[in-house]
Formats: sequence, C-alpha cells, structure tokens
Amino acid sequence: MSETESGLQIPKYSPIPEGDDPSNFPEYRSTEYRFPKRPLFHLPQSIGEITGPLLGEDRVGPHDHDLTAHGHGEPIGERIIVHGRLLDSGGRPLAGQLIEIWQANACGRYIHKVDQHPAPLDPNFTGVGRTVTDAEGRYRFITIKPGAYPWGNHHNAWRPQHIHFSLTGRALPQRLVTQMYFPGDPLFFQDPIFNAVRDEKARNRMISQFDIEETVPEWALAYKWDIVLRGPDETPGIETAEEHG
Amino acid sequence: MSSAKDTVGPYPPPTQEPTWGPTPSQTVGPYFSFGLTEPWEDREDAVAAYHTDAIEVFGHVLDGRGDPIPDAMIETWQADPNGRFNHPDDPRGAVPFEGFRGFARSGTDTEGRWRVRTLKPGSIPAADGVTPQAPHLLVTVMARGVLRQLTTRIYFGDEPEANAADPVLQSLPEDARRTLIAEPVEGRGYRFDIHLQGDDETAFFEL
Repeated sequence: MSETESGLQIPKYSPIPEGDDPSNFPEYRSTEYRFPKRPLFHLPQSIGEITGPLLGEDRVGPHDHDLTAHGHGEPIGERIIVHGRLLDSGGRPLAGQLIEIWQANACGRYIHKVDQHPAPLDPNFTGVGRTVTDAEGRYRFITIKPGAYPWGNHHNAWRPQHIHFSLTGRALPQRLVTQMYFPGDPLFFQDPIFNAVRDEKARNRMISQFDIEETVPEWALAYKWDIVLRGPDETPGIETAEEHG
Repeated sequence: MSSAKDTVGPYPPPTQEPTWGPTPSQTVGPYFSFGLTEPWEDREDAVAAYHTDAIEVFGHVLDGRGDPIPDAMIETWQADPNGRFNHPDDPRGAVPFEGFRGFARSGTDTEGRWRVRTLKPGSIPAADGVTPQAPHLLVTVMARGVLRQLTTRIYFGDEPEANAADPVLQSLPEDARRTLIAEPVEGRGYRFDIHLQGDDETAFFEL
C-alpha cells in the first residue's frame, strides 16, 4: 500500500519482472513490425491503474469448464484434467476470478478460419473453456491434450503443445495472457515464443507438472499448473515463498 | 521476409523445477478470437444499450509499415461519468453506475478496425490523490507478435483545458502526447488509431 497526499491508501503493484521482456524477439518474426521502438513511459499508479474489471460467475455456464462436453459426442484425443491455483505474488489466492482458455484440438488444429493446417477439425471439440476460481483460488478444466502444429516462422517450425490462458486479475497490472505447456515436450528447443521469456526460471513456470494424485483411474491423466499474478506487494514473505515452493 | 532464418535455436532444454514468481506473459497469438471475443455477446459494450448518451470510441490498429493488424485485441477500462469505480480497491469506496461496467473488449477486423461503446468518463485524482486528471480510458493492446500486452491511455480532443492540466500528459514529450488524443467525430464519438511502431508510434506506458 502507499499513501497519497490526500491520505488515500491505494495498493501498489510491483514492476514487470526481469526477464519477462515486453517487446522485441527477432527470432519470433511477427514481432518485427509490432514492437514499439520507443521506451515505455512511466505511468504513476492512480485509481484507474489499481482497479480493473471484476469478471466472474456471470460469465460462466455450468459446463464451460468441461471442453469435452460441448459437442454431441466425445471429442477425439487424450482426455486430460488441467488444474491448479490462481495466486498473487504474495501467495494469496485470487478467488472468484474468471479464467478463459482456448486451444487446438488433438490433431493440432484450431477452429479459427485462418488456421489452414491440413489436419481434421473435430465436430465435438471447439477448444474454448471458461471457469471461475473457488475461495482458495483453485480451478479445474477437463479437456483434450492439444496437438503440436506447424507454423511458418522458420523452416520446419512446430509449436509445442500448449493451452492459451487469459486472466484479468483484480487490477490492470495483473492482466495476463499466457500459454501453458506440458512437461518433457520435445519441441521446446526450437520454439521462439516459449523462449522469448529470457529468464530460464520464469520460462519454466509456464510448464505444467504431471500430477498422479489428481489423475483419475481408468479415466484421465492430470496436469497441475499454478498461475501467479503480480503484486500488490513487492515481494512475498519468506514463509509464503517456501510454502509455495 | 528478408530476415527469415532457416533454423531457430537450439534453445537449452528446461532443466529445473518451477520456482516461485509471477507467471510470464506470452503472445495472444493469431487464433484468440474464438476464445476471447466471439463468446462475449456484449464484448464491445461497456454500457447497456438503453444508455442513449453512449459514445463510440473507434479506430485502427496499425503496424510499423502502416499496415492494418487484423489479429489484435483492445480492452478499455475507465471511471464512470462521475469519476468513480465499482471496485473495492478504490479508497473512496466502490460505487455502481447503473447499466455501466467500465470495461469493453474488441477484436480488430480484417481492416484492423476496433470499436467500443461506452460513456465518457469523469475526472479522477492522479497518483498523488489530489491533482485532477483529464477524462481518459486505459487501454490494453494485444496481438499476434506482441509478447506482453501494451498499455496506453485515450484522452478526448474536445477537452483541451483538462488535457493541458493533466499530469500524465504533461509528463510526456509533445510528439508522444499528441498520440494519446482521440479526435472527436460528430454524431459518432471519437477516433483513435493505435500505431504499434513507426513515425506515429503511440506512447505506451510501463504498468
């Protein structure tokens, strides 16, 4: 918290972490004409910057978290559970928060019209999901493991398997769009999007962990992925950091 | 693309267990519309349809060559016409404004056009809690090729006195300041083009 001249107490969000570079990564060719060349300007955090849309229950239907339940039958592919917690960097759970996801189907094809990868669409899979975190910040999706797919960035370029996640958080500094990856993917070595995050430790936070505890026997493997949004405190307490490892 | 390389990497394989810290950002990619914009029927509307004094804020998103960006997403957040927020972290208290949520989301079309429908915001205090700021929208820009969202502000061209006294606008050099002023368009609202790069590059903020 910081106190203003008028005595108003407002939360203070920590700066963008080192290694989460905001702009240019030439090996990801689409950045070339789309990154601002001028340095970012300083924006003191006033009330508009420390608030944001609180999106929750009213945006979610009862089956939105189960991406295998959106067609007339079961989609093709490997059914998986993706779950974890939404926390802030102080280790506090973010409850009642909307999480939006989208992904390719098991064959590595999106339903988007621009995607012309010659792999089949699945009439029983749209690849869109939504849920709201519970009081402990937990979320849980049931979906199909997305396929890898080729893209035109460089010769023989393939995206590792991933699920896109969007979070609005409690305030604009917590807005995050990111991608969740799977452990042991053989395609990391050639993916400039994953590797655009320079800091190795930060990069590894995008990889989920296989979770035998939450795996449901005879039904679906589980992957665990905690999502951590910035602030409002500068650094987590020692105990909190150790508790969440 | 003249700069195309035949190979990328090899990057080192991930070797470590996850460590505590913020989850990094990744690009929204080219295929987000079916996940983020199309499912929201009210996406472009920060205000309910019955508000007849609603304005439209609209424009293009353009790249460093001046080409339209057809796979960008704009989000806007703002105070209500009284300069208040319906948010518990506003130290002045959360105040609802009927039929208004303060937030809108718009994809760009094939010509790079975006639009939101909203109410003109009131003035809110600056970070010092005292100095009034000119009415403005906070804007988040995402796109394929943008690794982390960009943040800017939209001010209104028909508020010259308030703009001249606004501490954030006044902290910017003149050539950056002018990129944040939306042009009034009679009978419709305000036009605001977003240039991610180039001679008219929009001023973006660290947030």
